[in-house]
Amino acid sequence: MRPEFTSPSSSSSSSADRRLNALVRHLATASTVSQTTVAFSPTSGFHGDSVFSHVVRAPEDPILGVTVAYNKDPSPVKLNLGVGAYRTEEGKPLVLNVVRKAEQMLLNDKSRVKEYLPIVGIAEFNKLSAQLIFGADSPAIGENRVTTVQCLSGTGSLRVGAEFLARHYHQKTIYIPQPTWGNHPKVFTLAGLSVKTYRYYDPTTRGLNFQGLLEDLGSTPSGSIVLLHACAHNPTGVDPTRQQWEQIRQLMRSKALLPFFDSAYQGFASGNLDEDAQSIRMFVADGGECFVAQSYAKNMGLYGERVGALSVVCTAADVASKVESQLKLVIRPMFSNPPIHGASIVATILKDSNMFNEWTIELKAMADRIISMRKQLFDALRARGTPGDWSHIIKQIGMFTFTGLNSKQVEFMTREYHIYMTSDGRISMAGLSSKTVPHLADAIHAAVTRMS
Amino acid sequence: MAIRRAMSGRIMDRTAVVGARYMSSWWRSVQPAPKDPILGVTEAFLADQSPDKVNVGVGAYRDDNGKPVVLECVREAERRIAGNLNMEYLPMGGSVKMVEETLKLAYGENSELIKEKRIAAVQALSGTGACRLFADFQKRFCPDSQIYIPVPTWANHHNIWRDAQVSQKTYHYYHPESKGLDFAAMIDDIKNAPNGSFFLLHACAHNPTGVDPSEEQWREISHHIKAKGHFAFFDMAYQGFASGDPEKDAKAIRIFLEDGHHIGIAQSYAKNMGLYGQRVGCLSVLCEDKKQAVAVKSQLQQLARPMYSNPPVHGALIVSTILSDPDLKKQWLKEVKVMADRIIGMRTALRGNLEKLGSPLSWQHITNQIGMFCYSGLTPEQVDRLTNEFHIYMTRNGRISMAGVTTGNVKYLANAIHEVTK
Repeated sequence: MRPEFTSPSSSSSSSADRRLNALVRHLATASTVSQTTVAFSPTSGFHGDSVFSHVVRAPEDPILGVTVAYNKDPSPVKLNLGVGAYRTEEGKPLVLNVVRKAEQMLLNDKSRVKEYLPIVGIAEFNKLSAQLIFGADSPAIGENRVTTVQCLSGTGSLRVGAEFLARHYHQKTIYIPQPTWGNHPKVFTLAGLSVKTYRYYDPTTRGLNFQGLLEDLGSTPSGSIVLLHACAHNPTGVDPTRQQWEQIRQLMRSKALLPFFDSAYQGFASGNLDEDAQSIRMFVADGGECFVAQSYAKNMGLYGERVGALSVVCTAADVASKVESQLKLVIRPMFSNPPIHGASIVATILKDSNMFNEWTIELKAMADRIISMRKQLFDALRARGTPGDWSHIIKQIGMFTFTGLNSKQVEFMTREYHIYMTSDGRISMAGLSSKTVPHLADAIHAAVTRMS
Repeated sequence: MAIRRAMSGRIMDRTAVVGARYMSSWWRSVQPAPKDPILGVTEAFLADQSPDKVNVGVGAYRDDNGKPVVLECVREAERRIAGNLNMEYLPMGGSVKMVEETLKLAYGENSELIKEKRIAAVQALSGTGACRLFADFQKRFCPDSQIYIPVPTWANHHNIWRDAQVSQKTYHYYHPESKGLDFAAMIDDIKNAPNGSFFLLHACAHNPTGVDPSEEQWREISHHIKAKGHFAFFDMAYQGFASGDPEKDAKAIRIFLEDGHHIGIAQSYAKNMGLYGQRVGCLSVLCEDKKQAVAVKSQLQQLARPMYSNPPVHGALIVSTILSDPDLKKQWLKEVKVMADRIIGMRTALRGNLEKLGSPLSWQHITNQIGMFCYSGLTPEQVDRLTNEFHIYMTRNGRISMAGVTTGNVKYLANAIHEVTK
């Protein structure tokens, strides 16, 4: 009879005695299974094989890797036009005044606690986020047909939405524009969807390949999921016009294609929140369904706080409620419930009309500075007589310009001029200032004239 | 304003909308999901109007007045952070400073392993996020491996490894008759599992039972896991919270490190720093050497990037501010001990009250068990009676969150338990 060893051991016997007793018990066991003997050396360093020995180092993330390389560069004239985080004229990151104010309010409120949020996050935040993107008067909201869940910025919202689709939707393929944000394919693949592309950018015009887009969406299987950048397409800055959006909408609804909007720049593109939400609102206004991933990283400067929301617009309230319950099942085993700090700041600002107005003013200032940088760069290239048509710089919108430079030219600019950007020629206008525009213009001019 | 109104609302004439007749929902067939068993308890509690109601459901610490607590060291850290720093993206692996300090807690202040840079570590979304990241990593690099999960365990463990698509099995852990550890069966399961299986271990303060192996038992567990070449993954959600001493609570991990295992650890600051909603944690994987650690960390980042890109900064700043300031760290250690001591005190009080009432059952397990939870041994029917007749809320597996017990409600609670078990 093997003795049961169930109670916590007493501290009366010495450690060595207990060790010996344990050994004796093992050796006296009636039902012995022959095992390979193992060297009993409890204090030896066992530098045997790890089960993860075969793991190889992953390549640097192409976008975030740019900043890594930039940080290593000792040059005093280096310029970081890589990651899309806003910078002031002085090249500094910016925390909005209204955000600082909201932070202080939260800090001074002694009644605030740090308890777990519900799985879907802060209810007020969710409601206000839906109003922000769909419009306060949206019938979809009024009819309770929208479920909104707080997620970790745009990335997290896309991932949660995609995981839901992989589980509950009859089509498992998502069509993404060519090109798109580098992280999109991985987000959807890891969520369990397969990824295909549709034509979007036209390198010859540096504008929208509208015909190609319509053809490709027109030939997708009915019901397919389609990723749409709500405004300020990343990386190209090329957006459809209002009329083109209407055509896209009609085509998609006629084929029952499911729109999944990525809205990372509301207010940041044109400077006007409602203007930048038009594409989404057109789709919601026709009564159909869609997914929307919202981010507050750029438009509220909350980057590292990871604030975002996923909204699912359904055709009926009971459906929205069921969808929400299933979204919770996706979230719980991923991170249980979302982080409280950033969403609290957003809710504080959105619900106070004065703070909301302050925010729109600061937001417009950021958008205007970027538009100004575009103009300055365009003028600088024209002044240098740089060959080529550079009007796309002022036609494109949002944080990024797809310069049209090839990877050799990009490499040249990094090597000779210490300018850092992603190898697809995307530059973050937010990283420019009046002082640095000339340096960039020189670099582009040199790259274009000396490298083809 | 007028534009806003015109643009939202029904500007589109429905009849002109192409495909309007196809406007049925794609989601009609979606079933309503069952409520989360743990978080659903708090919902029900909040809806209850009774003045006597007691919430011993979810595992969040409460003071003796039943109020949530924000630690003083945390308030001070927040004061220092606010207005001073920007909110830029953290690296994919999170705050380096926070991770460094966190590793010291688990591996030892002067750990050679840290100095040798053999630990791949990233900031994670509390314990849940750390476990999920590891499960995804396990799936990607050991796709045919299985995870052995104790019975019982925190319910979400099953969800996490399931969503990561890692095949799971269970191992014996809780012994209902003695309300303690089913040690022999646990060892058997370790021995019988195919070589190289992955074992999920609760480093201290097992959730939901509060039953921990003794130091001696941990040494044996380590020996058998080593003999089979298994991988030991520790979920440490309660360091400091169990005994009041973080070093003591890390004993199991230290034993495994001494024995040379290449372990993985999920650490959480939800309870021991009261940072629940901030979602701060850390995933670490001990590797053969520095080169391996660099490779593994890069791969963990590859999994984090398509999930949330980079982790939230605020909670991480709180942690690193506290742990890198000797005075604040000292204060934290004091506050953790206060929480742990209060819970230990409530265990004694609950058991004492039940014995005073002349309960025929043994309630020794209440003080034998450790950490936030007590596995009372109550049946689901008894739990339902507690809720329906006494407005006492707990999960139906009979798990009592001792953090919800106060000097104000312990008698009432003891009385009610006595009523349904006598």
